[in-house]
Amino acid sequence: MTTAIRAKGAAKTNVDKFLTLLRVLLIGAISVGLLAFIAQQIDPGNAFAKWTHDGQEANRLTGEQFKGLIVSGLSQGAMYGLIALGYSMVYGVLGFINFAHGEVFMVGAFTGFIMSNKFDEAGLWEGGAFIPTVLFTVLIATLIATGLAVLMERVAYRPLRGSPRLIPLITSIGVSFFIQNAVILLFGAGAKSYPPNPDWLQDDWILGIEGVKIVVIIVAAISMAGLWYFVERTKTGKAMRAVAEDKEIASLMGINVNRTIVTTFAVGGAMAGIGGMLWGLLFRSVIATTGFLPGIKAFTAAVVGGVGNLGGAMAGGVALGGAESLAPLTLLEPLGISGVSQLRDAVSFVLLILVLLIKPTGLFGERLSSDDRA
Amino acid sequence: MKKLFSILSVLLAFTLVAAACGSDATDVVDAGTDAVEDAVDGDDDAMEDDAMEDGEHLGDGSLGVVTVEAGDEIQIRSLEAISGDVAFLGLPNQRGTQQAVEDYGQIHGFDVTSGTGLDDLCSADGGQAAAQTIVADEQVIGVIGTSCSGAATAAAPLISEAGMVMISASNTSPALTSDQQGNAGENYNEGYYRTAHNDLFQGAAMAEFVFNDLGLTTAAAIHDGDPYTEGLASAFTNSFEELGGTVTGFTAVAKEDTDMTPVLTEIAAGSPEALFFPIFQPAGDFIADQAPGVSGLENTMLLAADGLLVDGYLELEASEGMHFSGPDTRFGENKNQSTGVSANEFLATYEENNGQAPEAPFWGHAYDATALLLDAIDAASWLDGDNLMIDRAGVREFLNGVRGYEGIIGTINCDDFGDCGSQKITIIQHLDSGDIEGSKANVVFEYAP
Repeated sequence: MTTAIRAKGAAKTNVDKFLTLLRVLLIGAISVGLLAFIAQQIDPGNAFAKWTHDGQEANRLTGEQFKGLIVSGLSQGAMYGLIALGYSMVYGVLGFINFAHGEVFMVGAFTGFIMSNKFDEAGLWEGGAFIPTVLFTVLIATLIATGLAVLMERVAYRPLRGSPRLIPLITSIGVSFFIQNAVILLFGAGAKSYPPNPDWLQDDWILGIEGVKIVVIIVAAISMAGLWYFVERTKTGKAMRAVAEDKEIASLMGINVNRTIVTTFAVGGAMAGIGGMLWGLLFRSVIATTGFLPGIKAFTAAVVGGVGNLGGAMAGGVALGGAESLAPLTLLEPLGISGVSQLRDAVSFVLLILVLLIKPTGLFGERLSSDDRA
Repeated sequence: MKKLFSILSVLLAFTLVAAACGSDATDVVDAGTDAVEDAVDGDDDAMEDDAMEDGEHLGDGSLGVVTVEAGDEIQIRSLEAISGDVAFLGLPNQRGTQQAVEDYGQIHGFDVTSGTGLDDLCSADGGQAAAQTIVADEQVIGVIGTSCSGAATAAAPLISEAGMVMISASNTSPALTSDQQGNAGENYNEGYYRTAHNDLFQGAAMAEFVFNDLGLTTAAAIHDGDPYTEGLASAFTNSFEELGGTVTGFTAVAKEDTDMTPVLTEIAAGSPEALFFPIFQPAGDFIADQAPGVSGLENTMLLAADGLLVDGYLELEASEGMHFSGPDTRFGENKNQSTGVSANEFLATYEENNGQAPEAPFWGHAYDATALLLDAIDAASWLDGDNLMIDRAGVREFLNGVRGYEGIIGTINCDDFGDCGSQKITIIQHLDSGDIEGSKANVVFEYAP
């Protein structure tokens, strides 16, 4: 873990004791919250619920509401997962976090906004024309996002290849601000709205779940499966894995490292573009800063799942979305904490800390290149 | 692993900075006003004017006297949100001030200037920075502003301490003045006045409308942590409980939240008949859009306040059917008594100068605020040879004594804590996202204290 290798069985330092205490406290608090939630589902008037709610009965969640939370967590998590893939792949190959990846997602959502409004004016955002129009919009949004990611690699990161990795990291923060402000300059700082989805997409499809959420989850799942196939089963994918493993040896084997890195950015950008478009369909409002928070959450998801591990990034995204959606009401509210919905960002980052404390390599383990395995 | 940790720590630092930029610091300043002595000592002939010939004027000189030399201008300042998301609110205020200065003319033969318009950025940081610029110039007598309550919280203590006055056209947070029961708000500073309403009245208006007119007995409220939204949301729930209603939930969203399902589920658990969310865009968009899809909120009445009473929000289909509270802007033939200009004459000039109608409803409040300040300067100043002398304490004395002043917004009376507004609130029902002007005129409830 660290350069100073500690012999097994050596005396525990105070830091170790503190970390153990922290683990116990966090897991303890979660257990108490969960028990309190189960108790208040069975009997909202139980003594503990009354104690934490100033003598009043707690509110029980209905099954319908619980389902709503799970579905919204899943659809949000699916989007985190799509963005997280880009972080994870770039980290796996180049070993730095591309902070501007959240902006690629935002540009995808913005492209979708511009096109969908034009199509809406032309009457193509409804009726039978809707499905081909949406597919076309997704295609263009994905292409623009891919182009932006590739351009970013060429202009900002390739000249820095080989420099210490904090340098591209800081550069990516700069790129992120540049893109955000360029969008503000071009399209203004206000919130932009997608046209309303057709009614059939707003209706409940199965089990009373809104159609658009099902679409988001399914499209995300298909994209992830496609990516998995691409990386694990195609020649280009094999080249990517080889470059991630060891750049020098990969190039000795005749792999064009530069082209492979560009491919990595392109594929990550495409995933973010699809994510941005799904975001637009689901939330129907986008502003220039839309990419910032989801970007950070997606990075968190990538670390939770295990950096460089594609399956882990997807699972991490879904876990994070689910935790954000469920934890405020099922863990925090039963403890009598007020204004729990403001705490969803805190939930994400506590989850990150928890995972790093208990399994520092992420839920599914890291896959890093040789020079990262220090 | 070590490298990952070092990257993580940079990331964490970055996130913290970004989070600090994104939120409005609400707890910046406490009301340290002891530096300023109470200038009002019961001079009952305060409202008499034209006594300046022999140096008679309001004020006892306790806050200092400003000398305007012959040929110089009397300095006041405009401090509004004129850039960014909230520029729609601040720009009409700034233009209202400029027009009032032009219409008012000279004071004892001296011109008045409002200088270059300053920006409060609608944040505590912006308000503080601009206030520091203002107080650095000792010639400044008073400020018209700020646009946002959060900015006023930081600006008012500095302005107050410098002996200046500040009259806001659109701050509505109760904390800036008083609770209307005779207790100063936690951010009250002497020398602070406003022609905008106090949100206690807006909250009460909404509560009365929901309880008496709509006949609903359970309600919930959502705010976003900003002093304006939190103050208004709690004013509503307090009034609603006083009327006999039940508040089933009071919670907050983060301004950047997009997925509102959890917060709406939290609210839905109490099954309220009405949900009041006096917040801003874009969070307001997501609530209106997602509420009907949350189990338990399908038939809940959605209500919002003046922060969302903007064209960009009314254009959304999801906002149809909602009710909005806001200041009564049906000014009719009201005239400002100092300049003789009526609301319609003002609007004609405004459109001629700016090519569009005001986007936010507080332009009349800004006009009256400016005319009041200029009247106060007139009453507190006298000629000393060729120079004009202005007693800072006299300016406050005049404003504290304002009673029955006829302005564009109606009759203006200043209470002991700087609340001067007419406090008239209207509630509109939004019926058609294709006819925004029609909806704005569709008044379904009127309130006056």
